[in-house]
Amino acid sequence: MTALYDTLFNGLAIGSVLMLAALGLAVVFGLMGVINMAHGELMMLGAYTTFVVQNLLKNGPLAGLFPIYILIAIPVAFLVSGLAGLLLEKTVIRRLYGRPLETLLATWGVSLILQQFVRSVSTAFFLGLIVAVALGLLAPRFTPASWWEQRWTPLLAVGRWIVAGGIGIALASALGSVRALGLPWFSARNIDVTAPQWLRGSIDVAGVTMPTGRLFIIALTAIALLAVNWFLQKSVWGIRIRAVTQNRPMSSCLGIPTETVDALTFLVGSGLAGVAGVAVTLLGSVGPNLGGNYIVDCFMVVVLGGVGKLLGTVVAALGIGVLSYIIGSGSLLLLWPSMPAGLNETITFFATTSMAKVLVFVLIVLFLQFRPAGLFPQKGRMVEA
Amino acid sequence: MTTTSTSAATPGFLRRWWPWILIVAVAVILPFVLPPFRLNLLGRFLALGIVALGVDLIWGFTGLLSLGQGIFFALGGYAIGMHLSLNSLEPGQLPEFFGLYGVKELPAFWQPFTSPVLTFFAIWVIPALVAGFLGYLVFRNRIKGVYFSILTQAALLVFFNFFNGQQKLINGTNGLKTDTARIFGELVGSDAMQRTLFWFTVLLVIGAWFLCRWLTTGRFGDALVAIRDDEPRLRFTGYNPTAYKTLVFTVAGALAGISGALYTVQSGIVSPQYMAVPFSIEMVIWVAVGGRGTLLGAVLGAVLINYAKSLISEQLPETWLFIQGALFLLVVTALPDGVVGWLRQGGPRRIQEMLGWPPRAATYPELDLDPAVLAEKREIEARRSGSTTVQGDQP
Repeated sequence: MTALYDTLFNGLAIGSVLMLAALGLAVVFGLMGVINMAHGELMMLGAYTTFVVQNLLKNGPLAGLFPIYILIAIPVAFLVSGLAGLLLEKTVIRRLYGRPLETLLATWGVSLILQQFVRSVSTAFFLGLIVAVALGLLAPRFTPASWWEQRWTPLLAVGRWIVAGGIGIALASALGSVRALGLPWFSARNIDVTAPQWLRGSIDVAGVTMPTGRLFIIALTAIALLAVNWFLQKSVWGIRIRAVTQNRPMSSCLGIPTETVDALTFLVGSGLAGVAGVAVTLLGSVGPNLGGNYIVDCFMVVVLGGVGKLLGTVVAALGIGVLSYIIGSGSLLLLWPSMPAGLNETITFFATTSMAKVLVFVLIVLFLQFRPAGLFPQKGRMVEA
Repeated sequence: MTTTSTSAATPGFLRRWWPWILIVAVAVILPFVLPPFRLNLLGRFLALGIVALGVDLIWGFTGLLSLGQGIFFALGGYAIGMHLSLNSLEPGQLPEFFGLYGVKELPAFWQPFTSPVLTFFAIWVIPALVAGFLGYLVFRNRIKGVYFSILTQAALLVFFNFFNGQQKLINGTNGLKTDTARIFGELVGSDAMQRTLFWFTVLLVIGAWFLCRWLTTGRFGDALVAIRDDEPRLRFTGYNPTAYKTLVFTVAGALAGISGALYTVQSGIVSPQYMAVPFSIEMVIWVAVGGRGTLLGAVLGAVLINYAKSLISEQLPETWLFIQGALFLLVVTALPDGVVGWLRQGGPRRIQEMLGWPPRAATYPELDLDPAVLAEKREIEARRSGSTTVQGDQP
């Protein structure tokens, strides 16, 4: 019996991380049909925000808040990732609605840039970037207005960014020769967030050892889930979001500002990625490659759950979590010691984390043979549905 | 327009075949001009051009964005890698790594790879079969668009984890080394062998190009484009898109396998990194930058981007990811048809117009210089010389 509870708890723990990570993706993908490959990198931004918040609170005037820094990091990470997502939506994704494959490639490009940004950002780099962006944006202000009404204006528009970028790079490399400014903030190494004291122990219930860090993640996931559900079902903007999802032109006719709705959806989805990033820091050290470890799993959760229903995401995430744990830990062997030799060997063959993933993904693909639209498909009469 | 007088003097043969003559001349001369290291790089990138042709076939023409071409690429690589680890052994001997994991007997699935003939077929038949099987499962259920992309990526991860975790079967994450093995009594890593492999790669790229061109012109190609542009309509017209999609995905898988084998023998190793998620997405970006839907663009994109990558990574390793990310963004937002597509659709001409030096097109001082008249003249000449060669998009 203890083994069963143990399996359930660990499966729940793995599943809740997955759920938290996939929740934001489900909101964006399910409601907007946008594939955001940079979702994992938005998680990474959340994790790095936690690291920064921790270091800011460790010493200095606010040191009294250090024990609860993780609670402070959650809204901050939500904001940082959410704003990054908003920027992404306003600059790139907005141009690509209705072209999901292109969005996929563009957001992958963004994810590469974010990864390298975290690796090589330093004060000099940051200043150079700010100057380049400011120059590019302000260029029309400082040049004669007639320049922007010419035949060759498109060339000028491209040219100003090239020039602004060049100035930014020159500035960054000039400042970078000063050691204090050129030092990378995070570098390519992994960072470690030390969990606060009260998240380091464990609680024993009915013979199952439950680390408090895991319990915290489960609780965080539950709260996030309830909050998202409330937001989508009850709040005014949530209802608008659902209306736009169901029928965009009609919603627009009825006076719902669809562009604002898009931006808001993306902000919420990206912010949830940031919260997931906070949770991930409790599981171990995190690095610039964090996103790559989660993105495919998250997409599998969304695809398995079916698009547009939060319940699907919940069931899929928990199902994948429990299944991965059962297969990966080989705990079936403990539950049933006297199983036939052939089966025993097969289970041992898959009893590692990576091989468990192999089996789980194969099972998901097999499952999609029978239910191509996932666990809870949206019903419709369209050819394309 | 300026070459009118000369081109009128050259025989029709030269005029029609000059791109090919140029390619052959460059391919013959390059190995003696480039240092071995650069030649090896170029050979590898040309090999990647073959997998890019496959990606172009399924994405550029059929609209299926596969993020899992790395599976087939690596399967082809592993096929030749396994053969090369076996073929220079004494009878009864095992490849070295088996000793490390205490494996005493050659696993059964290694046995066929002792034969060069079977390996020759395995390189492209195994990836093709795997692609056909996976494709059939997915296409049968009408899973398409982004779902197809996600599933192929998941399949890629499955294969990656499997090959990465199985030390006892295929040396896991270390991969198989090939450059110390021998083909036809010659070391695979030797300069002479690499030169031969380079020529061989050039031949195969050209062959693959012709195959793809044959597939994409004519009725089959029309069906592919129809699937890309409006699949339900094609289905309601009485065609079965599943068969077309499965077939074209199979062909792309075979091309990826051949490409993987060529890449492996030129880079000297095959490892699960060939199935890494980023590598398969990079294949898409080669095609996107070169120009999807243009076969020439796929090859050019693969060669140029990889060359740029190796040059930039040597000089400024930190900037490559920025540049690559920016390329993704730029191509998707500004150049949806890639460089070749942009050139073909009159991109330079538009820039000329913006700069205020539009090329003169409306009227000509002499009737003989009008492009339409010139084209007509050429046509009549061609008809007179009795040539019936198909006209098409030659590079």
